[in-house]
Amino acid sequence: MDERRRVLDVLCEDARYTPEDIARQLDLEPEEVAAHVEALEDAGVVRGYTAVVDWAALDDDVVQAKVELNVELDRETGYEDISRRIAKFDEVTAFQLVSGDYDFALEVRADSMNDVSRFVSEEVAPIPEVTQTVTHYVMDTYKDAGIEFEDGERDDRLSYSP
Amino acid sequence: MSYLSERAERTPPSGIRRFFEIAEEMEDVVSLGVGEPDFSAPWPARKAAIEALERGQTSYTSNRGRRDLREAIAAHVTRYGHDYDPDEEILVTTGVSEGMDLAMRALVDPSDVVAVAEPAYISYGPDASFSGGEVLPVPTRAEEEFRLTYDALERAGAERADVLVLCYPNNPTGAVMGSDGLAEVASFAREHDLFVLSDEVYAALTYDGEHDSIATLPGMRERTLVFNGFSKAYAMTGLRLGYAMGPPEIVGAMNRIHQYTMLSAPTTAQAAAIEALQSCDDAVADMREQYDRRRRFVLSRFREMGLDVFEAKGAFYVFPSVPGDDEAFAEDLLREAEVAVVPGSVFGEGGTGHVRVSYARSLPELREATDRIEAFLAAER
Repeated sequence: MDERRRVLDVLCEDARYTPEDIARQLDLEPEEVAAHVEALEDAGVVRGYTAVVDWAALDDDVVQAKVELNVELDRETGYEDISRRIAKFDEVTAFQLVSGDYDFALEVRADSMNDVSRFVSEEVAPIPEVTQTVTHYVMDTYKDAGIEFEDGERDDRLSYSP
Repeated sequence: MSYLSERAERTPPSGIRRFFEIAEEMEDVVSLGVGEPDFSAPWPARKAAIEALERGQTSYTSNRGRRDLREAIAAHVTRYGHDYDPDEEILVTTGVSEGMDLAMRALVDPSDVVAVAEPAYISYGPDASFSGGEVLPVPTRAEEEFRLTYDALERAGAERADVLVLCYPNNPTGAVMGSDGLAEVASFAREHDLFVLSDEVYAALTYDGEHDSIATLPGMRERTLVFNGFSKAYAMTGLRLGYAMGPPEIVGAMNRIHQYTMLSAPTTAQAAAIEALQSCDDAVADMREQYDRRRRFVLSRFREMGLDVFEAKGAFYVFPSVPGDDEAFAEDLLREAEVAVVPGSVFGEGGTGHVRVSYARSLPELREATDRIEAFLAAER
């Protein structure tokens, strides 16, 4: 595996690793790591860094939903055109074109179920090309961005063993 | 009057017991004293164990272990250049620990001499003593990266030994030995007619090239028992499963003792082991990759602290030298910085002045622990 890819893999494991931490793990110089990360960012491979949050653990009410979206294209309008209009909404946290029974998969986050349904019915559904929406509220999250949300497997190993 | 046997009376408590008790009283210890993986056994292996229980497979197996397991082991070890007959040359044991004990009982008479390359896993000496053997430590040296050499054997007077125990990749040092180094040891063993017990339980955890086994060198197969198991590579320590491979008459003798003392290795664990051998190579490769990154991380951190540490290329240990007495260092580090490491002298003479640091921990924990060690060293200086 090439060096840049190895840096990317370690970065995906924990984006808060410092260049020094990554360098130590891969036998590189911190400057080399920093250069790889910069190149990944410049090339648009790494698009940003964020926290992985278990919203249910927060006292504030946060509601997440997955929304399936069907659209009808015409000669003037392609997926790209529709996607540009939908991606700009702050409520949309993830947005992908998918294969299968529907066209787009959206992830929506808002303060209440009302806010989510208002957003879908007032902002998304009225878009002329949109023919159908199906909203699934997230009931519980077990894993996100590779991180399991269960209360950590306890390390029950002895502190000393031969 | 004591009811205890002389043998029990002279068996010392394990050198890490005292540290364990101190650590038990403390709240926030980051332990680098662990001698086992932080991973769980790969899921397919665990599932096989669960399914075996669901099917009601709770009876004994044949003394030597399930035949399909022995066949799978025979096929597995061809990767190390081994060729053993599953019927007569492989014995499935309750961990390598049982295998080592059986080997000593099968090979060692009272007053026989058992040479042990040190630093070494803590059981070899007591195992030899239980059979009445005399233990002859063969210290290896930090400047030779803790490899066993012809000279080291000569210096220790190992020509008078009957049995030689070695373990590479090594616990506690992380040292590995390639075929050139092993060839020296093999010459010594052939010249002085030593039988070799080669503990290769960390064989799958080598980070620079392939594992070499002394048993594959010319004239060694007939005088070597190879021990391996599932504890380290497959993260199955608690399932207690290992195996011994060697000449039929020796393995047969071990099996005769085993049938009285153990009957058979744990049945549930054998089901897990078959699945592990059949489908878990990728899982082992992933764990090895993780260990390798942590290994590099801790080695760099110790070098940044100015500690002398050789580049350990196997197992999941590094073995830095520490200022002053290693036991006092480990105790102060535990009490003041709340980091647990094992003093090197626990593993015999060759380990004095070093500590064993296990990197079977997550990277954030290793970062925290090494930061604490760095601060501790700075305060001491």
